[in-house]
Amino acid sequence: MACDTWRDKIDAYADAELPAGEMRAVGEHLPSCPSCTADLLSRVQLKRAVMTAGKRFSPSLDLRQRVQKGLPMENKPVWLWGWAPKLAAAAALVVIAFLLLRVWSAYQQTQTYAELADLHVATLASATPVDVVSSDRHTVKPWFQGRLPFTFNLPELGDSPFTLEGGRMSYLGQAPGAQLIYRIGNHRISVFIFQNRMERRLASSDDRSRRLTFNVEAWTEGDLRYFVFGDADPNDIHKLSELLKIAARS
Amino acid sequence: MPLFDSLYNFARWLTHDREEAEDLVQETYRKALKGFSSFQPGTNFRAWMYRILRNTFLTSRTGLKSGMTISLDSEEGETVLPTTLETPESILIDRSNQQMVQEAIGELPVIFREVLLFCDVEEMSYQEIAETISIPIGTVMSRLARARNALRLGITKKLQGV
Repeated sequence: MACDTWRDKIDAYADAELPAGEMRAVGEHLPSCPSCTADLLSRVQLKRAVMTAGKRFSPSLDLRQRVQKGLPMENKPVWLWGWAPKLAAAAALVVIAFLLLRVWSAYQQTQTYAELADLHVATLASATPVDVVSSDRHTVKPWFQGRLPFTFNLPELGDSPFTLEGGRMSYLGQAPGAQLIYRIGNHRISVFIFQNRMERRLASSDDRSRRLTFNVEAWTEGDLRYFVFGDADPNDIHKLSELLKIAARS
Repeated sequence: MPLFDSLYNFARWLTHDREEAEDLVQETYRKALKGFSSFQPGTNFRAWMYRILRNTFLTSRTGLKSGMTISLDSEEGETVLPTTLETPESILIDRSNQQMVQEAIGELPVIFREVLLFCDVEEMSYQEIAETISIPIGTVMSRLARARNALRLGITKKLQGV
């Protein structure tokens, strides 16, 4: 009876499809049962014969090529697969270009701030830091007429702690601009105004930062790009910037 | 291409015809690509491909005439025939009669042939076969036993020159 039980499982044993416990039990039974062992041998031989005989047909090269070439023309997914590498490469190029632009933009901004720092320091070191000496905005602003291809408004300082010392012509990247000198306490602040279209290499976003130990605030107002530059307290830089913004919008 | 050689081999066994097998394989890949969105990642890709091929075959003219729809006496409770000391397998052990085995396999009803090829040639598990032809595992086991008995009987007859 025991062999009848196992015999029903010999096929599954030969196919390695019995649960682990039964696989072990059959394995332990076989050495003591010539009948089941012969049965298993027979089934394994048949299985091997089928395996060998069953691998009979091989596809022709022509069929392989037809399937490979024919399908993409008939199926959009395959067409897309064909373009997928190109699309991926294009996307990668866009990403790389974007990153390079970001890096280049950051580099250019650093260069610009370095130039402005030089201008600011050179102005303060000069024996004649301003070309037009006046604390009156109605005197300073008209001085730039005919010297600059644009105009701008200057703030009424009123009760603010700032005083206007005057202005001078400045050049950044061979583009003309205005440089105004303000004073607060013992600190002098440069306000640079350039045409934005001539300052394409400058980042157009607003910026409040510390560059080369100077405090800087920059923004765009219409077609003009403003930089407030100095070693004064950042809050003072910001207050003067706000006054300039109000004047520009008036 | 995945499974290309295996699918073609299986298609030839189903159709017994080179051109039909080639058409069947081409149609299988076309359907697979067209319906790739229906394939669920994580499930058995091989079973999915064979299922497409098999279903395509069943709806073909040859497939409809293949006898896949014949009713079996019983899918369950197949009695495994005992073997004797001198068996068809022991005679064929030297593989010199491989052609005879191939003929015997080819003469099996398709319903037995496919399950035998899935198990012994493609080395699919019972579970995988069940998924491929959409039947319970118990039915796979009984059908496989019947297929092997039928093959053994076929080989015996050839050996006896019947």
